[in-house]
Amino acid sequence: MRPFDYQRAERLTHAAQLTADADTLALAGGTNLIDLMKLQVETPQTLVDIGRLSLGEIADEGAGKARGLRIGALATNTATAAHPRVRADYPVLARGILAGATQQLRNKATTGGNLCQRTRCYYFTNIDQPCNKREPGSGCGAIKGIARIHAVLGTSPHCIATYPGDMAVAMAALDATVEIASENSSRSVPVRGFHRLPGDTPERDNVLEPGEIITAVTLPAPVGGIHLYRKVRERSSYAFALCSVAAVIALEDNRFTRADLAFGGLAHKPWHDPRIADLLIGNEPSLALFDKAADLLLEDAQGYGENDFKIPLARRTLAAVLCEATGVEP
Amino acid sequence: MAISINGQDYPLPEDPRTSLLDFIRRDARLPGTKKGCDHGQCGACTVLVGGVRINSCLSLAVTHDGDEVTTIEGLGTLAAPSAMQSAFVAHDGFQCGYCTPGQICSATAMLQELAAGWPSDATADLEAAPNLTDDEIRERMSGNLCRCGAYANILAAIRDVAGESA
Repeated sequence: MRPFDYQRAERLTHAAQLTADADTLALAGGTNLIDLMKLQVETPQTLVDIGRLSLGEIADEGAGKARGLRIGALATNTATAAHPRVRADYPVLARGILAGATQQLRNKATTGGNLCQRTRCYYFTNIDQPCNKREPGSGCGAIKGIARIHAVLGTSPHCIATYPGDMAVAMAALDATVEIASENSSRSVPVRGFHRLPGDTPERDNVLEPGEIITAVTLPAPVGGIHLYRKVRERSSYAFALCSVAAVIALEDNRFTRADLAFGGLAHKPWHDPRIADLLIGNEPSLALFDKAADLLLEDAQGYGENDFKIPLARRTLAAVLCEATGVEP
Repeated sequence: MAISINGQDYPLPEDPRTSLLDFIRRDARLPGTKKGCDHGQCGACTVLVGGVRINSCLSLAVTHDGDEVTTIEGLGTLAAPSAMQSAFVAHDGFQCGYCTPGQICSATAMLQELAAGWPSDATADLEAAPNLTDDEIRERMSGNLCRCGAYANILAAIRDVAGESA
């Protein structure tokens, strides 16, 4: 690990001031960042420990039927998944979090840190390899290389990395909002728009600017329905998603009234395509309809050899989730 | 500016790069906690911080100022082993023993998590108290690898202790 200057932020504004510097990174749970610093993928000159700021609360947002839930940026993944309201009103989020990592990691990992975790692309994490995300302009080793875990949607000629997490995929299905503060202002960004596609600036994972700190994620009022998180991975625990589907589904008179879907493991961001809900809502569930939904989802999908399997896998995983939610025989 | 390990205070390291794992082994001279992968993948370095299990390799010691850390040495002694330590011996829950301190710290905390009602990926009903099925134990222990493959006996040891406390 390269030497760095350690500072503990006493206040949020202090943290925002310090992280405005390009060579400064914020440290929360550290389960990804410290690993990347050991690998010298991340080499901050200053590390600002924000772990003791008061950003860990999980609390109701609003009242009555419109009562959402505000999850502090430093709430651990464990605290969120075990929270009674998350389990009762947002089970897709509890399921998504519990499908990822291990108990030891979830005990340390935080909401904000999980959103900011970086890709597990083998080329990104190996400093001997070219990677446009780690070192812009150095090339992409994955495009013609080992690409089993890589993206099939929204890729660019410069980067085919995936966003690796599960929590944010569930939050995208729930249409949650990321709350962000800087020294003098604050703003909100939908989770669906927080991560970005690589384009020609793959070094940027998300829309966070220097000097901005995530303070919370707010879940809208619960919508009921059937919540599912299905994750396909290489082993049954402690592995990243090859493909995952987060779904909040509701039916009335055997017709879809809600179909909020988000996909993990397929792109540089949790993938949400509003056309899928438009197609499903108002229609009776059937295998033919699910196939049409997959056609839309995968219209522009592109495989890179080793990850070609993800295209039929995404189609089948989507169908499996929709079958489970609707009772259609697979 | 100190970290309490098994009830004894140790001054923080000067180099902020020091992981909690290296601090425990090198500075506090408590070699029970093991360094396996040093990347959070194997669980050999599992310790309890404030009673909660974490990978000590992925945590900087300087961030633990004022925290109370418990390592395998703090769970029991040769003369007075903890129930989990005794069960691992009784059920032969190891072969080479390298992963064992992490396994025992992890299993000890896991039973507390179950008692607190925390769900896991193997929990069928998120709103009910989790049942201690073999699948639950396997899922909750998936962060601790054993290259010798002593999993069947580790499971038996944990079951034994859980049965006593249930």
